[in-house]
Amino acid sequence: MTDLRVEPSQQSRSARMLGTLLRSRELSIAIVLVLIVLAATARRSTFVFSGDGWRDTLLAPSILLLLAIGQMVVIVTRNVDLSVGSTLGATAYVTGKIFIANPETNVVLVFLAGLLVGAALGAVNGLLVAFFRVPALVVTLGTMYIFRGVLTNQIGNDRIVAGDIPANFEKLGTQQILTIPVLTLIGLLVLAIVGYYLHTARGGRELYAIGSDPDAAKLYGLNVGKRVFAAFVLCGALAGLAGVFSVARYATAFAGTGRDLELQAVAAVVIGGVAIFGGSGSVWGAAIGAFLLVTINRALPILGISDFWQGAVVGGLIIGSIVLDRVLMLRRTHQLVEARDTTGTP
Amino acid sequence: MTTQQAPATRSAYPVYSRNIVQRLLVNRESAVIALLVIVYVYSLVNVEFFDGPLTTYNLFKEYAPILLMALPMTLIIITGEIDLSVSSTLGVCAAACGVMVKDHGLSMPTAIVLTLLLGIVLGAVNGFLVAYVGLPSLAVTIGTLALYRGLAEGLIQTDRIAEFPASWQDWPTERIGDTNIPNIMVPVVVLAVVFGLLLHFTSFGRGIYEIGLSSETAHFSGVNVARTKFLLFIMSGFVAALAGIYVLLRSDSVATDTGVGFELKVIASVLLGGVSIFGGRGALHGVIAGVLLIAVLNSALQLSNQGSEIIQIIIGLLLVVSVIASSFLPRVRELLPRRAMASGPSKAPNSGDESRKARQ
Repeated sequence: MTDLRVEPSQQSRSARMLGTLLRSRELSIAIVLVLIVLAATARRSTFVFSGDGWRDTLLAPSILLLLAIGQMVVIVTRNVDLSVGSTLGATAYVTGKIFIANPETNVVLVFLAGLLVGAALGAVNGLLVAFFRVPALVVTLGTMYIFRGVLTNQIGNDRIVAGDIPANFEKLGTQQILTIPVLTLIGLLVLAIVGYYLHTARGGRELYAIGSDPDAAKLYGLNVGKRVFAAFVLCGALAGLAGVFSVARYATAFAGTGRDLELQAVAAVVIGGVAIFGGSGSVWGAAIGAFLLVTINRALPILGISDFWQGAVVGGLIIGSIVLDRVLMLRRTHQLVEARDTTGTP
Repeated sequence: MTTQQAPATRSAYPVYSRNIVQRLLVNRESAVIALLVIVYVYSLVNVEFFDGPLTTYNLFKEYAPILLMALPMTLIIITGEIDLSVSSTLGVCAAACGVMVKDHGLSMPTAIVLTLLLGIVLGAVNGFLVAYVGLPSLAVTIGTLALYRGLAEGLIQTDRIAEFPASWQDWPTERIGDTNIPNIMVPVVVLAVVFGLLLHFTSFGRGIYEIGLSSETAHFSGVNVARTKFLLFIMSGFVAALAGIYVLLRSDSVATDTGVGFELKVIASVLLGGVSIFGGRGALHGVIAGVLLIAVLNSALQLSNQGSEIIQIIIGLLLVVSVIASSFLPRVRELLPRRAMASGPSKAPNSGDESRKARQ
């Protein structure tokens, strides 16, 4: 009876943290990312060591970073949001429209507008999924078509061009603080907040609980509907923010803005080690996944692999990372079983 | 014990608590078919030129690949899995066929056989990872979606491969006799019948439903779950390759973006046709009606000079409404006062879903 199966760790706090870090799934893709950057830099030093190269390395993933963070929060609850690409397109258009109506608009207001529009579209998804309790894959596939269709209907063949965008906003797309692009800084700030929330806050832990077993979460008394709704609103809001980013960066918006980004966002999350059926993974992993996906596309031509094989490499990467997850999970299960057997059942 | 079993059986097979007429007429498939008929008749009467000879012909010509790929997709979704890679399989098969004929001088029949084999191999890769390695199909096929598209891009790069032997090009799009139906519909109908028989009239097909409801139960009742899924993904690859060859011959060209975005169209039609995304529920005639509904809507809207975005909005709305109708309304009905017999209609699909998810 006095035998405790679980004892407080004998290691110091920092040693434990180091151990967790070394064993983490995120580290494996971070290493892959670093290796790719190193290899590309070795081939062509301007890849990182030049003003433009350094900026692009950090700036290029900023849009996918936001989408991946939002997508991760939804996926961890065992849902998925396929409509983020359309949401991004819609807010990019709204951003352009605001500037056409009033070029003097405060930039902060534009960012807020993007967040709000995105959040509203996310709330539509969330309402359908959480309160009508219909499968997210189907609903967001539907809203992907609806949002994109309404957007195309509004824009037609028009496009927002660089002339419509005030210079100060356009400059924001490439502006740097301490050599770090502003957009990336905002993305990293969002990452830190969401990451901290998911890791420590009650709400964040509940999202994981819902994802690992929705029925158990419900029986336990968690308000599943509210949390899932909030996850979709957050995902939509971040996609909306990404839409504003997209205008700032490319100074254009048209009916096809953000098309096909939804599967990339899901891919980034999967590469980052988040289980597609929820309950495990971290937003750090999803963020590294987004950086990896974008960086690999930039690095491959430098490494002498033709652009045309990029898709194949990315596909291989996705498959490789889910196979890796599977192997790690099997090993962990094995270890746990062994631990159970050796600690000795009476 | 027996008193406990009776209600359990009844809630497990809620369908049989209704009489046969209701069972045949009041279900998702009939609703889709009725909607198809209504839209078709409405278009005939109200849309100018809809009754013209080209309408049916173009409709079949354009939607044959979607119709083809929807057949195995139905079976896969009924097992609770999904295949997002069909469009890329189509693309890479078309690309490979083009390269074999134009760059390596293979004869058309040899190239077609090799392309179909390639489709089988690509499907087997998905099937192996899903069925035997046990990975979630959503993630695997997002991966192969990118991978196969990448292979297609690597194969043909910037080229647009065109100008295939004329005799081969013409056959799929020639009309059958005096009808307005292109020849491609012959293999489509044959495959539809084959898949219909396979799904609804063989023990293999019953196994598919059982896997969708609960793969553990299916396993314990003697269904070879892994082999069934493996075979379904192979079929999906094979049919996608066939659709790829058709698309190649129809447009007499293949480029890197051939078939991009088809996967969501196929899945949308399958779901519209009454197949549950959680598996265990659906029928092939509903899916065929679903594809045709989208096709008819599309051509009616085109003829009335509406942009393609309107059809997107309508597909989206139909999807959302249909899924709300099938999963939300039963719960509302449960809350309302009702006769005891009508109880628990939503239980069966729910239990399938949960056990599937729990396994993942």
